[in-house]
Amino acid sequence: MLRFAIRRFLGAIPTLLILIGLAFCLIRLAPGGPFDSEKQLPPDIEANLRQAYHLDEPLYQQFARYIGNLARGDFGPSFQYRDFSVTELIQSGFPVSLRLGGFAMLLALIVGVVAGTIAALRQNSSSDHVVMAVSMTGISIPNFVMAPLMILVFAVHLGWLPAGGLGDGGFRNMLLPVISLALPQIAFISRLTRGSMIEVLRSNYIRTARAQGLSTRAIIFTHALKPALLPVVSYLGPATAAVITGSVVIEQIFGVPGLGRYFVQGALNRDYTLVMGVVVFYGILIIVFNFLVDLIYGFLDPRLKV
Amino acid sequence: MSTDPINTIDEGSSGGRSLWSDAWQVLRRNRAAMVALIILTSMTAMVVIAPLLSPYSFDYTDWDRISVAPSIAEGHPFGTDALGRDLFVRTLYGGRISLMVGLVATLVSLIIGISYGAIAGYLGGRVDQIMMRIVDILYALPFMFLVILLMVFFGRNILLIFVAIGAINWLDMARIVRGQTLSLKTREFIEAARAGGVSTPRIIRRHIVPNLLGVVAIYVTLTIPQVILVESFLSFLGLGVQEPMTSWGALVNEGAREMESSPWTLIFPSLFLAVTLFCFNFIGDGMRDALDPRDRSGQ
Amino acid sequence: MSTPILQVADLDVRFATPDGPVHAVHELNFAVSAGETLGIVGESGSGKSQTVLAVMNLLADNGTATGSAIFDGEEILNLPAPRMNKIRGARIAMIFQDPMTSLNPYLTIGRQMSEVLCMHLGSSRKAALEKCAAMLDAVHITEAQRRLVMYPHELSGGMRQRVMIASALLCRPSLLIADEPTTALDVTVQAQILALIRELRTEFDTSILLITHDLGVVAGNCDRVLVMQDGDAREYGGIDEVFYSPRHAYTKSLLAAVPRLDDNRLRRARVSHADTERDVALLRVDDLRVYFKIPPATLFAPAQTLRAVDGVSLELKPGETLGVVGESGCGKSTLARAVLRLVSVTDGQVCLLGRDLARLKKKSLKDSRQDMQMIFQDPLASLNPRMTVRDIIIEPLQTYHPELDGTELTKRATNILERVGLEPAHLNRYPHEFSGGQCQRIGIARALILQPRMIICDEPVSALDVSVQAQIIDLLIELQEEFSLALIFIAHDLAVVRRLSHRVMVMYLGRVVEIAERQSLYEQPRHPYTRALINAVPVPDPRIERARVVTVLQGDVPSSLAPPAGCAFRTRCEYATEICAQAVPELASHAAAGGSSLVACHHAEKI
Repeated sequence: MLRFAIRRFLGAIPTLLILIGLAFCLIRLAPGGPFDSEKQLPPDIEANLRQAYHLDEPLYQQFARYIGNLARGDFGPSFQYRDFSVTELIQSGFPVSLRLGGFAMLLALIVGVVAGTIAALRQNSSSDHVVMAVSMTGISIPNFVMAPLMILVFAVHLGWLPAGGLGDGGFRNMLLPVISLALPQIAFISRLTRGSMIEVLRSNYIRTARAQGLSTRAIIFTHALKPALLPVVSYLGPATAAVITGSVVIEQIFGVPGLGRYFVQGALNRDYTLVMGVVVFYGILIIVFNFLVDLIYGFLDPRLKV
Repeated sequence: MSTDPINTIDEGSSGGRSLWSDAWQVLRRNRAAMVALIILTSMTAMVVIAPLLSPYSFDYTDWDRISVAPSIAEGHPFGTDALGRDLFVRTLYGGRISLMVGLVATLVSLIIGISYGAIAGYLGGRVDQIMMRIVDILYALPFMFLVILLMVFFGRNILLIFVAIGAINWLDMARIVRGQTLSLKTREFIEAARAGGVSTPRIIRRHIVPNLLGVVAIYVTLTIPQVILVESFLSFLGLGVQEPMTSWGALVNEGAREMESSPWTLIFPSLFLAVTLFCFNFIGDGMRDALDPRDRSGQ
Repeated sequence: MSTPILQVADLDVRFATPDGPVHAVHELNFAVSAGETLGIVGESGSGKSQTVLAVMNLLADNGTATGSAIFDGEEILNLPAPRMNKIRGARIAMIFQDPMTSLNPYLTIGRQMSEVLCMHLGSSRKAALEKCAAMLDAVHITEAQRRLVMYPHELSGGMRQRVMIASALLCRPSLLIADEPTTALDVTVQAQILALIRELRTEFDTSILLITHDLGVVAGNCDRVLVMQDGDAREYGGIDEVFYSPRHAYTKSLLAAVPRLDDNRLRRARVSHADTERDVALLRVDDLRVYFKIPPATLFAPAQTLRAVDGVSLELKPGETLGVVGESGCGKSTLARAVLRLVSVTDGQVCLLGRDLARLKKKSLKDSRQDMQMIFQDPLASLNPRMTVRDIIIEPLQTYHPELDGTELTKRATNILERVGLEPAHLNRYPHEFSGGQCQRIGIARALILQPRMIICDEPVSALDVSVQAQIIDLLIELQEEFSLALIFIAHDLAVVRRLSHRVMVMYLGRVVEIAERQSLYEQPRHPYTRALINAVPVPDPRIERARVVTVLQGDVPSSLAPPAGCAFRTRCEYATEICAQAVPELASHAAAGGSSLVACHHAEKI
């Protein structure tokens, strides 16, 4: 088991390095430097600034410095919000996004797995068709279409919920954003669970369990659930990436001051370091998360343990 | 007495039933997929002949007719937007961009994915291991963000959009093609061909590629909606095609801003986008049922 | 006759499919008495499995069963699940064909087994596990406590089936249904499992309903038998009655078609064109070795070598048939592929008509390929599903005679197709439109079209029904005469090999243990393994089976990754001594048997 963990860990490192390397290259290759939007500076002041930002050092030294900074959590200064460093922006925005994303994932997992299991147990019945239709909708309608529509219905016409803003971070404000973010994942996870559960229920060892007279409850919980959920566990990695990506749009629509919104603002305003910092930050997050998911998977599947 | 009667074949038809015609039969029975196919074809037709369907061009602004509600009598079946442009024509032109990006980007990921996957799968061994390691590493990168980065750094070039989006999806295609090639390689009819002295190029051409097409067809149909979604996502954020050219994602963005006063600006483009994605997904599901019975999502 | 423990009357099973209703079982009647074993025999599609699944209420969702099934005085057909669950696993138990997939790979053995006891008897987990350990002992699994915490993939096929049997008997059921319990197992393991079932039957006083396609298994294990075909009962009666005085034509044809180990029919002498070639070897294999490198499972484990073929030498004369038998892991399939250079040869020589194939370059190898062709085990998988029959058959011609035009190709294809018993109209069909036997004929046509000197047949009839097997074997014998072919016939079924071969070679863990003339091998086997192998094959003749003393070979085949030092068979051999562990026995002539018999055993002379 330990060997498995070490191997996976060693596998994650090249990915990290490539990500950081790519980020670094892009930031140096971008047309226009950090001073373009300013008025033209006299050459000696520009030289001083260059020296202050270490832009005159050879590339590999800059790269090493960049990694060193990253290790200390320093992503560089924001170009857009002059008074803040990228690190500070991340520190203020991330907890908000984390709450939003975390709730969305939790919601997606619970609703998706339960709906998928019910649909699988009642295959081809009306409940199955309903679940499949709803999930098809969830996959086909992008969340940036769903969210405004929901706002239109629930906030504007019915007035039940606020149209945007985090407010005091209370339940009423979180509800619509969390649901919008979770919807595509609910759809995908329920289809995945359904398909996987159907296949497991068709397998020979379930037939053996039925021949042994086990009740449906015992069959599902003892025999079928773990193998059926393994693909869902595998999907957790890409799911997180998808939720993070989706949060970019959802935060924009609902005006939630999370990291995603900073990212979009940064993209539109050419704030290179901010954009870069967010990408690297999320990239590291996803890689670490994938590593953890791999470990969990290896723990669950006995064939990998040996 | 034999239980294997030699001549039980239906002697009526002169030609054989290839696997493609069998698959078509199964697909035909799938009503949802057939309806989706009809809708998609009509939508594509409408989008192609868009200019003939409306007297207005997509960037013609009519300051007298800002945010007019839909009415056929007035010549604006979908209404107008905040700049007085006819929404019907803009939706159709937006469809052109969205569908075109969908097809071209899918083609890009198809070409890269198939070549990469087939080579890795057929050569096997070291080469395969290295190639798949690269895929694994790339898989873990948050692609969407990188694409946005590229847009930010290098501008909103439509060619760049095609390539960038295509580059996101080729990984999936490569993995699937490689998996299928690997399993084909060990099938006995490939061994039989090798034992019969058939040359490697001919084996790839006549034996491997035709058996890959099924899997490829399924994934192409499922990739197109994903790609359209990505393009819409980018356009929604304001990073897609340049104004006044538009795509469904951009239209949804505009609509979302105007939705309280003119909800039709949100509803119509959203409808078109959603219906298109629906149709592709239904057809993709249907094709999966027809071509790869082990993967049935239904029965 | 004692009261029947299970009485089935007018059982009718139908399935609703998208292509229309399928009537799998037609109004079947039979009974199982207390303490007896009833065998249900039939080929594929006969409905035998669907019958018992219907009785157990385990049919697929689209299946419906009507009729009656009375178990111990109670009607159980279509009993609602809650009540049926009390009977299933407790009073009627069932074991299935494939032990690999029939056990849950994600649960330990102990967990799966104890679940049954906890459910039916309400035992605590601890008490249940103790009973499970006791039951594992009863089925002769050593180190029961250790096995309970293992996962199924850590056990061999034979052990997994024992675990299934143990689970089935935990609640002391009065009826055990066994659906092809030994079909997926090696012959010697099959003998072990069947002996175990017989032993447990008396010990636990359980009636048995045994489903199989193998008439030999029926002859040795059943008291009464039901013969089914296409969902109907063809014959039903006591075992002697059915085997010696069958009434229905189907039963008679089945009995006639079954390959028998004691088949003494004369085999024509091998055919060869010119007298001059008669004694020159067509194929000579010298100390062939094929080793595979297995990549390590983890970063730090050492790489392992799989010694698939570990020093095999043989000779094949023109027009003769060499049968190659052995159980799983013996390397016979790898041997075939190595001769044809479909896998790379690690060491040794393979000389076809004097040319060493192992060393040839691609171009010359391609030339040699015309003389040697192959027929495969899975008839459908050996044909490209996207090509028509015509394209499949003419491909070899296109490779070697590109000058031929379309009409000529079609003409030759038609000829050869008719020769193997199919029609010209079939040329435009696709493989999936044909049955297994027909697909195999197409494969044979493809192999024959270049008129090779030698054809290697890798288990060509294992996947086919008995009656079809007989047809294909007859076809091969005919074709061998007509085309003067030399055949290497690989099989795990000794009875099939006997019919076809002139000489027979027995392999074990990559080595040859015995080669002899057919008659000599079957009547006086010299090697302990050959003896055990022949001993383990059931004969479809009840009297012979009753009279026979079966000495079951213990243990499992060792892994090819770590073969025992010295003689590979010594771990299971009753004659093993120290010399067997030190030196690998060479193939040598046996004094009494005559020159052509070769045995690899240190104690061959004494046995």
